[in-house]
Amino acid sequence: MAVDWSTFWPRILEATGETLIMVIATLIFGSIFGIVIGLLLFVTRENNILENKVVFQLLNFLINIIRPIPFIIFLVAISQLTRLVMGTTIGTAAAIFPMTIVASFTIARVVENNLVSIDPGVIEAAKAMGASPLRIIFTVLIPEALGPLILGLTFVSIALIDFSAVAGTVGGGGLGHIAMTYGYQRFDASVMIVTVLILIVMVQIAQWLGNTISKKIMRR
Amino acid sequence: MIEFRNVTKTFKVGKNEVAAVKNVSLQIDKGDIYGIIGFSGAGKSTLLRLVNMLERPTNGTVHIQGTDVGKLPAKKLRTQRQNIGMIFQNFNLFQSRTVAGNIAYPLKLAGISKAKIQSRVNELLQFVGLEDKAKHYPEQLSGGQKQRVGIARALASSPDILICDEATSALDPNTTADILRLLKKVNSDLGITILLITHEMGVIQSICNKVAIMENGEVIEKGRVFDTFTDPQHETTQRFIQSVQQDLPSEQVLKEWTESGGGTLYRILFKGDSAIDPILSTTARKYDIDFNIVYGSVRELEERLFGNLIISFIGDSDKTNQVIQELEKIVDIKEVYASWQ
Ligand SMILES: Nc1ncnc2c1ncn2[C@@H]1O[C@H](COP(=O)(O)OP(=O)(O)OP(=O)(O)O)[C@@H](O)[C@H]1O
Ligand SMILES: [Mg+2]
Repeated sequence: MAVDWSTFWPRILEATGETLIMVIATLIFGSIFGIVIGLLLFVTRENNILENKVVFQLLNFLINIIRPIPFIIFLVAISQLTRLVMGTTIGTAAAIFPMTIVASFTIARVVENNLVSIDPGVIEAAKAMGASPLRIIFTVLIPEALGPLILGLTFVSIALIDFSAVAGTVGGGGLGHIAMTYGYQRFDASVMIVTVLILIVMVQIAQWLGNTISKKIMRR
Repeated sequence: MIEFRNVTKTFKVGKNEVAAVKNVSLQIDKGDIYGIIGFSGAGKSTLLRLVNMLERPTNGTVHIQGTDVGKLPAKKLRTQRQNIGMIFQNFNLFQSRTVAGNIAYPLKLAGISKAKIQSRVNELLQFVGLEDKAKHYPEQLSGGQKQRVGIARALASSPDILICDEATSALDPNTTADILRLLKKVNSDLGITILLITHEMGVIQSICNKVAIMENGEVIEKGRVFDTFTDPQHETTQRFIQSVQQDLPSEQVLKEWTESGGGTLYRILFKGDSAIDPILSTTARKYDIDFNIVYGSVRELEERLFGNLIISFIGDSDKTNQVIQELEKIVDIKEVYASWQ
């Protein structure tokens, strides 16, 4: 059965919008939680400014159990929780919930890795000048790690485009849903090609944006 | 100004304990440029970091202007730290801030108004000679320039004390000399007490007035630089001194001297106040013998002269002994043996 393109283009456009919303919303919420968790993870490390074994071990453990679960399984596994929090398991909003959880922990790890690569001497210098731990977090850790952090977030946002497509196949809406229902179930290659092209363009734009911003911050 | 009282610091590494600083007592007075020298691993950095409590003593106390800094609550300690500028071997500048931004950082911490920060930053840039680099980022500077920024940043909050962890060890000799001159200026023009650590005796020789020598966590010798250089007690101290001044000709030259029938060599040390030339020549003339300066050096320490001459006497041996006896009353004179070292 061929697709009627005159009614189909608006559907594609709508789906692209849904995908964008899923990715951007997840990126925003995931960044907020992820940066907080990542910072906590870093400052509570041994010999760091707010060393705390319990908090560190707990966060580290959480990240280590959630990250290795394949996203599609995670999505299904927490669907009851999703229903509880979002009121539904179908649609864009419902997809944002599990995506945010996974993104938060992934971003937390990215943030931690970037913070670890800051020269400890710089943190020590701030401490020696009389900066408080909170002050160090906001005026040293974040600005010093910002350039690579943007690149890390870019990397995550591209993974999120991928996740949104996965979420789409199980009722999440967006381009993944379109590709699944028209392209896979009805064997229409042209729809598949269009969605893939749109996804590629999205990834390219995200990467370009990330590179440009981080270049500006890192001055190289 | 700064006083270490029986300070010990041990680190736990796995199940083992490493004693980095062992029972150190030191007093740094106002206006001193106090140098601590030692080989790698001697515990210098650990000792320095105890001053601003970047490390806490396992035992003993550290006092600054009478206050036991180890007992200060967190907030008071942070205020105290603003009174202790610190500079580092690797400069530790904020990469995300310009030169001006780096220097402004401690001022922002102190809650100073924007307008005042601006003028203070300019003043500091001028003091360290980097007026034209305000908007540069650290990676655009040379090592010497980075250390100047480090110094300006450390001075920003007008501290009474500056502590320096190997401030010149990453720099070439010329740049080292520039930075040392700047530190001297910090001490003399701003009246800031400096505590520095180094493994180069040249640094001690050129700017310090007092020195402590550390080995295996302990202070094995301390005192005025002049006294330590002219009369070192400990073997390690002698090794450090020999690294900057060769006070004897090489073994090879000594051997050739003896083999070619040269007479006994004597080493004369004279310190500052005794001008050697007239003493030597008048004494020699009195007993009617000649002398021959084989080797020698005169150097300046703490703005006093310190000379080291290797001479041989030409003439009757009885008379020579009399000359030596007479000289012994005024200067330090010793016979040099080929295997002396
Ligand atoms: N945080 C730490 N944990 C464990 N051991 C430490 C720590 N800091 C220093 N040490 C140990 O304490 C000893 C003294 O170290 P310190 O850094 O004070 O020496 P140093 O004289 O400054 O040496 P260098 O000239 O190489 O800088 C060394 O054996 C070192 O391994
Ligand atoms: Mg050291």
